[in-house]
Amino acid sequence: MDFTLKVWRQPDRNYRGQFRVYKAEGITPDMSFLEMLDSVNAGLAKKGEDTIAFDHDCREGICGSCGMYINGRAHGPERGVATCQLYMRSFKDGSSIVIEPWRAKSFPVIKDLVVDRSAFDRIIQAGGYISVDTGGVPDGNSVPIPKPDAEKAFDAAACIGCGACVAACKNSSAMLFVGAKIAHLAALPQGQLERKERAIKMIARMDAEGFGNCSNTYACEAECPKKISVLNIARMNLEFILAKLR
Amino acid sequence: MSALPEFYRSSIGKKILAALTGLFLCAYLVVHLAGNLLLFKDDGGAAFDAYAETLPNFLIIRVIEIGLFAAFAVHIGTGTYLWVINRRARPRGYLVNKPEENSSFASRTMFLTGSIFFIFLVVHMKSFWYPSRFSAGQRASMYSLVTDAFADPLYSSFYVAAMALLAFHLRHGFQSAFQTFGLRNKKYSPLIGSVGTIFWLLIPAAFAAMPLYCFYRSCQWLH
Repeated sequence: MDFTLKVWRQPDRNYRGQFRVYKAEGITPDMSFLEMLDSVNAGLAKKGEDTIAFDHDCREGICGSCGMYINGRAHGPERGVATCQLYMRSFKDGSSIVIEPWRAKSFPVIKDLVVDRSAFDRIIQAGGYISVDTGGVPDGNSVPIPKPDAEKAFDAAACIGCGACVAACKNSSAMLFVGAKIAHLAALPQGQLERKERAIKMIARMDAEGFGNCSNTYACEAECPKKISVLNIARMNLEFILAKLR
Repeated sequence: MSALPEFYRSSIGKKILAALTGLFLCAYLVVHLAGNLLLFKDDGGAAFDAYAETLPNFLIIRVIEIGLFAAFAVHIGTGTYLWVINRRARPRGYLVNKPEENSSFASRTMFLTGSIFFIFLVVHMKSFWYPSRFSAGQRASMYSLVTDAFADPLYSSFYVAAMALLAFHLRHGFQSAFQTFGLRNKKYSPLIGSVGTIFWLLIPAAFAAMPLYCFYRSCQWLH
């Protein structure tokens, strides 16, 4: 398979970027999108050109490192997959593919397709933690958790923090990410101690980072590689209201 | 008292305010519609006029009127403020973007539909609210004011178009308000959806039927 790529190139955060066109040739349908970029980069390296920078780590859809805007969609045209799980068979042979970094004021471009997502880390630092006893390792299942609560918490905890929700949202809102984190810990007995402060602090940090507000378009859920439900945003709103009323 | 400004400063606080005022305006639509249904009573407008002329004499109606103006101001002001913040959150957009693949058109155009509806609101207030409140005695009855206005095909079409726009705005807005309050969950979402259909479909349709009915009645050649 052959493709024409239109890729955003930007040497660093202070430099104005631009789109550059590359040929991706001899691509097999079973290559992942990242492997296709590896192949293009190998060609660029051979020619002594600067390779296309992109984030990646596990390449099996669980680390949340990779992520790019492909043909107008976060993580490309398939649902429920990260960019590393997107295969070239999803594209028509000979077609053009436009590749852009996540666009948000809170996610500044570091280089090419790599964005700085440390705003997410600072939101987690603000309240995405629990207090635990120090000392010996506790017995497994020493805290009884009803199965439905565990399921609810795990559904939210599946968020890998890739930032596709922010990228796809017309407002660059981080509310699906923050909602998932707040709903995850609010559903568990371990999360009760800081429950009130967590909602207030994480939302305040999210606002301070310059993310937009949720318009409930639910684009985030549609583009999330882990299909995190927008009901987590409703949960976050309720947690915020209850924390403020208490 | 510092709790309120602090609440408003937060993103969710602003959203809650927009949602609360939006639902208040929805509730008003029901009352407004209930009264206006008298237009359909075939008595030459006697019942409608009795209702329209006595309504402004009640103090409670005057108080609700002020509340209504305040709700509109807060809804429009907060909505605009949120729109500005949201625009600032993405200074540089995408070269290629396909939002139609992941979200509904109605949900993405709330500011636009709301803004256009505001034009309708100004025209509507000027046509009916202002004369009903400030020129009683110097004008014809409210019934003839309404039926004369709707006899104009252009004016009637404008009303029908505005109601279609309102339907579009409420289709997203009604359930969106409950999401903002945190009340949407697996248990309540279907109920919110069903009640929402009454609001976005039935109410604007009933309002749109009024200009259509009056226009139809005014066309002598049809009868």
